[in-house]
Amino acid sequence: MILFGRRLPAMSSLLIWAALWEVIGRLDLTFFVPPVSAVFATLFQLIQTVAFQNALSTTAYAFVLGVFFAIVIGIPVGILMGKTRILDELLLPWVNIFLSAPLTALVPVLMVLFGFGTKTIVITTALFAIWIIILNARAGVMQINRSLVEMGRSFGASPLQAFFKIYFWAALPEILGGVRIGFIRAVKGVIIGQLLVSIVGFGALFELYSSNFLMEEFWAVLIVLFTLAFSISEFLGYLERKFSYYAASR
Amino acid sequence: MAMSQTKPATAKGAAPAADIAVSVRNVSKNYDDVQALKDLSLDFPRGELTSLLGPSGCGKTTLLKIIAGLLPQSAGQIEVDGKTVTGPGPDRAFVFQDFALLPWANVLRNVAFGLELRGVAKSEREAIAEKYIREVGLAGFEKSFPHQLSGGMRQRVGLARALSVDAQVLLLDEPFSAVDEQTRRKFQEDLLALVANEQKTFIFVTHSIEEAVYVSDQIAILLPRPSRVSEIIRPSSFRNKGVDNIRRDPEYLDIVDQIWASLRSYVE
Amino acid sequence: MKNRSLILKLLSAAIVFGAWEIAGRVPISYAFPTFLESMSALWAMTIDGSIFLAYAETLKPLVLGVAISAFIGIGLGLWIGLSAKFEWLFSPIFIVMQAAPLAALIPILVMVYGIGIVSKVFVVCIMAMPVIVLNTAGAVRNTPASIKDMARSFMASDRDVLVKIIIPAASPIIFSGLRLGVSAGFIGAILSELKITPTGVGDIISFSRSIADYPSMYAAIFSIILLAVIFLNLLEKLENYLFEGNNRGYVSD
Repeated sequence: MILFGRRLPAMSSLLIWAALWEVIGRLDLTFFVPPVSAVFATLFQLIQTVAFQNALSTTAYAFVLGVFFAIVIGIPVGILMGKTRILDELLLPWVNIFLSAPLTALVPVLMVLFGFGTKTIVITTALFAIWIIILNARAGVMQINRSLVEMGRSFGASPLQAFFKIYFWAALPEILGGVRIGFIRAVKGVIIGQLLVSIVGFGALFELYSSNFLMEEFWAVLIVLFTLAFSISEFLGYLERKFSYYAASR
Repeated sequence: MAMSQTKPATAKGAAPAADIAVSVRNVSKNYDDVQALKDLSLDFPRGELTSLLGPSGCGKTTLLKIIAGLLPQSAGQIEVDGKTVTGPGPDRAFVFQDFALLPWANVLRNVAFGLELRGVAKSEREAIAEKYIREVGLAGFEKSFPHQLSGGMRQRVGLARALSVDAQVLLLDEPFSAVDEQTRRKFQEDLLALVANEQKTFIFVTHSIEEAVYVSDQIAILLPRPSRVSEIIRPSSFRNKGVDNIRRDPEYLDIVDQIWASLRSYVE
Repeated sequence: MKNRSLILKLLSAAIVFGAWEIAGRVPISYAFPTFLESMSALWAMTIDGSIFLAYAETLKPLVLGVAISAFIGIGLGLWIGLSAKFEWLFSPIFIVMQAAPLAALIPILVMVYGIGIVSKVFVVCIMAMPVIVLNTAGAVRNTPASIKDMARSFMASDRDVLVKIIIPAASPIIFSGLRLGVSAGFIGAILSELKITPTGVGDIISFSRSIADYPSMYAAIFSIILLAVIFLNLLEKLENYLFEGNNRGYVSD
């Protein structure tokens, strides 16, 4: 938006919402909404506590591991599906099903099979992220400009060279797009997993704060989580835009 | 005299005796700091086809959209039949480079869309639309959707839509640039017939020198940064020798060469 | 080649369910029943009707939440897409909501609204709404400029442009936003039944887990995934049918 001839930064309206939050908090309308200033004050104390740092590191560990598996398995499977028709036809229905299925329903099964610990959360995270990564890698490979492939062949590229020098790079913008959405889904997955397991990481913290009505702590943790999630997604969006010209000649 | 008349743009009032349908007076257009059009004046004689020709970035489409009332000018004024233009009006109809068809509507509704917006009753506007669908050679395709048509057929739909509102001035923005060469030649011949048969004024934006010389009664050469009219050319001798002979006419070839000579230094 | 695709789909299903059956027979875990055991449990629930009662319960917050999200979400999305001011004011909220793990709000919702249906409807709404709003706003903003110009050149009023150009041009993307919203709503509905109070299908899952009746638990999970997939596929079919012309390339060749 433009105000007094100057363009306001895109996210600047959040300041207005924060001010509104502060007013509602100060008016003491409801116990559940403490003033945002108090929440931030709590936040700075909170991030120095051991409980918070433990929760953060447990969560980060599960998240990184889950995303790692999703990427390392997802990208090659997607590329193979894009190049091999029979594999594509066998796997695509399942990828589509799990992409839109309510994966939350699988968490109880994982809890029974893998226990109430990090393993379950890692698998939940990977399950949330992997399907879109596969699908995008597949779409990226399938959309590669035919003349780029023929160019490689006409200059005598071996299949391996073609793969690493052409396919991967030409499909990179789509792959990155998939990884970005995968990351966002993984953030949701790791939190849903922890909420349902509820004795690990932030899930345990939420349980603790909400049962003791510690609203400021609760909102502080939420703000940290939302900020982290949003920053990750913006950073990956930036990377994706930076590489988008790789696909330009389509 | 079978000579083409070339005159410098600055010589005002030297327009031919025919009356003027559209007149552009001292129009400027600024985008923020960039001056796209500067103090541009140009007259469009009634019943004739005038081309706006120039290198890319010379502001020819900007000028056309200002005449259409789709863009506001920064200074100067446009008059159509002596009335100042303040916005889109029923006296002008636009043909778009990318056709601008509604993908969810069939050919009949697309052609009748201009009339629909004017509140013409359904049966009446469909009767008019059907007439123009036949006229542009699309009879039998009334129920087809744009995605089922070729590029050339889509532009015929766009042309029929512009004709059906019966505007006095037709504004064509590079209408044939998205169709293939052979279709384009057919279009050019049809356009000449249209100019001859309909008593309408055509303003035609193109970047093809041959196309401009082939179809125009008058060619305005626009030069860029900031855009101004550098030359107005009125071919005279080959217009009535028949469509098949134009491209072999010495005057046609001379004008093409002459325009290329004055434009080549602006092409990077 | 329609046959080939059908045969391959059946083959692919046979491989996966076969692998499930074998893994259950080994068994890889005491809590991993075979495919056939799970299917017979599903059949038993179908015969005694308990699964239908469960879905009547589960679908209540889902349908209500999705309906509310669609109504408010499309309205807000149109507004945001049309006005730069509202875009500046509102879209950051939905962009953050889209990226954030909103499930973390559930404990607060429970504190404020209790463990009844209101909380569950809210969970479905916060899951489904952001994608509906953002898709609608994006579609409105990305209406091709040339068809808006076209309408204006034929002297369309602002209302004409909205009703005859922007909304029809945006509707395929609005619809696919709705489909994604329904998908997210399913996640929310199941999550709220597992986390807030066990009712409906969530109750079958939790209860059969607590008494170690694993075939029933797997059957319930299988059925909810199947239901979601079938429903979303039907929506997609409807979408392709309704917007056939819009989905094809049309702007230029």
